[in-house]
Amino acid sequence: MTGMGQDSVAVAVKDLRRLFGDFVAVDSINLTVPKGEIFGFLGPNGAGKSTTIRMLCGLLAPSGGNGTVGGFDINRESEAIKGIIGYMSQKFSLYDELTVEENINFFGGVYNVPKEKKGARKQWVLDMAGLAEEKKTLTRTLATGFKQRLALGCAILHEPSIIFLDEPTSGVDPISRRNFWRLIGEMSLAGTTVFVTTHYMDEADYCDRLALIYRGKIIAEGTPTDLRKRYMTRHVLEVEVDRVVEAMDILTQKNIDAAIFGSGLHVIVDDVQTGKERILNAFEESGIAVRGLEKIVPTLEDVFVTLIEVS
Amino acid sequence: MKLLRVKAITKKELIQIWRDPLSLAMALLMPVILLFIYGYAITFDIDNISTVVYDMDKSSLSREFVNQFHESGYFTVRSYVEGYTAIDPYLESGEARVALVIPGDFSERIRKNENAPVEVIIDGGDSNTATIAQGYTTAIAETFSHRIRGKTLTPLVSSRSRVWYNTELKSRNFIIPGLIAIIMSVIIALLSALTIAREWDRGTMEQLIATPVKAPELILGKLIPYFLIGFADTILSIIISTLLFDVPLRGSITLLLVLSGIFLFGGLSFGILVSIAGRTQLVASQAALITSFLPAFMLSGFIFSISNMPKPLQIVTYFMPARYFVSILKGIFLKGSSLKVLWLEATLLSLFAILVFILANRKFRKRVE
Repeated sequence: MTGMGQDSVAVAVKDLRRLFGDFVAVDSINLTVPKGEIFGFLGPNGAGKSTTIRMLCGLLAPSGGNGTVGGFDINRESEAIKGIIGYMSQKFSLYDELTVEENINFFGGVYNVPKEKKGARKQWVLDMAGLAEEKKTLTRTLATGFKQRLALGCAILHEPSIIFLDEPTSGVDPISRRNFWRLIGEMSLAGTTVFVTTHYMDEADYCDRLALIYRGKIIAEGTPTDLRKRYMTRHVLEVEVDRVVEAMDILTQKNIDAAIFGSGLHVIVDDVQTGKERILNAFEESGIAVRGLEKIVPTLEDVFVTLIEVS
Repeated sequence: MKLLRVKAITKKELIQIWRDPLSLAMALLMPVILLFIYGYAITFDIDNISTVVYDMDKSSLSREFVNQFHESGYFTVRSYVEGYTAIDPYLESGEARVALVIPGDFSERIRKNENAPVEVIIDGGDSNTATIAQGYTTAIAETFSHRIRGKTLTPLVSSRSRVWYNTELKSRNFIIPGLIAIIMSVIIALLSALTIAREWDRGTMEQLIATPVKAPELILGKLIPYFLIGFADTILSIIISTLLFDVPLRGSITLLLVLSGIFLFGGLSFGILVSIAGRTQLVASQAALITSFLPAFMLSGFIFSISNMPKPLQIVTYFMPARYFVSILKGIFLKGSSLKVLWLEATLLSLFAILVFILANRKFRKRVE
């Protein structure tokens, strides 16, 4: 990123690579994340998201390339990096047989949270996770949403300046997901850099900036608005029909790009008018009733589906 | 190294052990149970060997001789038979393990001051018992002839063994101290082999290694709780040995505890090393069992005397910490040995402990690959 001083950069990598045998999990990626940003790292499962985040957190040695996290070299200073980051792995790895409070105490000890701060930090985590009344509850019995927030709390007890979250919302109900993103927004406002991976495309809009990784390569990068403008040159029509699966098959047979989206279809066309006509004709032949058909602002998922199809 | 981190990890481990009462019970009861099972089962003492008698002489002298057998306590006369063919079923069925055959001219030969051979048939199926029974038989026969011939006959060359340390020749005294070493080896290896691997299996390790925790902090933090358990086990074993099995404890109990502590530290470090290398609980526990139990049992001198082993195997035993611990335990229990005698064993044991601890620290990588 041009015009950006070294001290305003939280994460920067160049030509970062990771091989597993012959398999290229991460293929020479370049990234720069300014301080205080929510950086979304998006991609389907197996695209290389976790591998990248593990290399940044010093959990996996890169096969090639270099970079810094918080000013520390990822190849040589991984232990120093571990002192200034918070990392939350995919599985919310808390100790099931410990109570909520015991988990917090444990991570407080491991992170060496100063004695005079310990009490306040513990209370902060309990309040943030909504577990103030559940201090003595065994972690095993918590619902996933609570576990997720407790895991986040344990990972940031020491108030790290950069937080890495690997699929923090997978398996969590929609309301907890929304609350979680609100928390992340608050932390970013307070100056913390958040590097977050997700495969939920609808979460991308919560991020300041995004990179889309696919098969180990970054295929698009920018703000959500940027990405919509830059990559979505075609139009998206939202179609409301009854039998969506059957309807999609009919369009696919006619070589029209369509994807199921909620209870309807998103159809991608070059020209709105001719597109609408083709769709209506196709459904008329097969006797499928069209209840609604209109042009919409493309969602990020539309953008990514298109991008992945291109690559 | 930050002690606060060690403390946090130790505390966490203790809670985890406490919340898993089954494994806690296993850790504390296993030595007791094993000590009982092996303490009673492994015994080389032989008494009340069931015996059948075929007395062809039927004289007062022959009856006296049989009586001598019976009264020795080593043999119990089960029944009297007539004829060799009647002996077979007893030995075959195992109802008797020894048959004593007294020829018809037994008393006559004695009266004539001639050599009066008797025949002893021993079931050789259990060679250990057989050898011992053979020894007893010879001894009884000798005593008997001395008694009836008075001092008229000066014995020819005779060897006399004197038994030291374990004067009652109670094999339990000799087995139990060694057994403590074997049991401790197995238990501490099994306990500690799970510690690191369990974190990998449950996915908590990835979170843990993303923190600034250092290898020695983690290893020490995990070692301390199991050290406490192992120490409790040691004390328990000593109490059972001395109070229940009447094994004499002639040496210093402090020295015994200190050296046990060193052995525990080394054993636990070894278990943790196995846990680090094994990565999964299954692999680690299997490896721990194979690397602790078998060598400790076979190569420590617990049962098989090291000096009787083939040379290459003898060299291997030098690398077995259990070997030194067995000598230490036997020495302190039976001989009352002090550090002056046991310094070499103590030094090697300490060396092993330090070396393995360092190795475990080096082997531990804060990486997920």
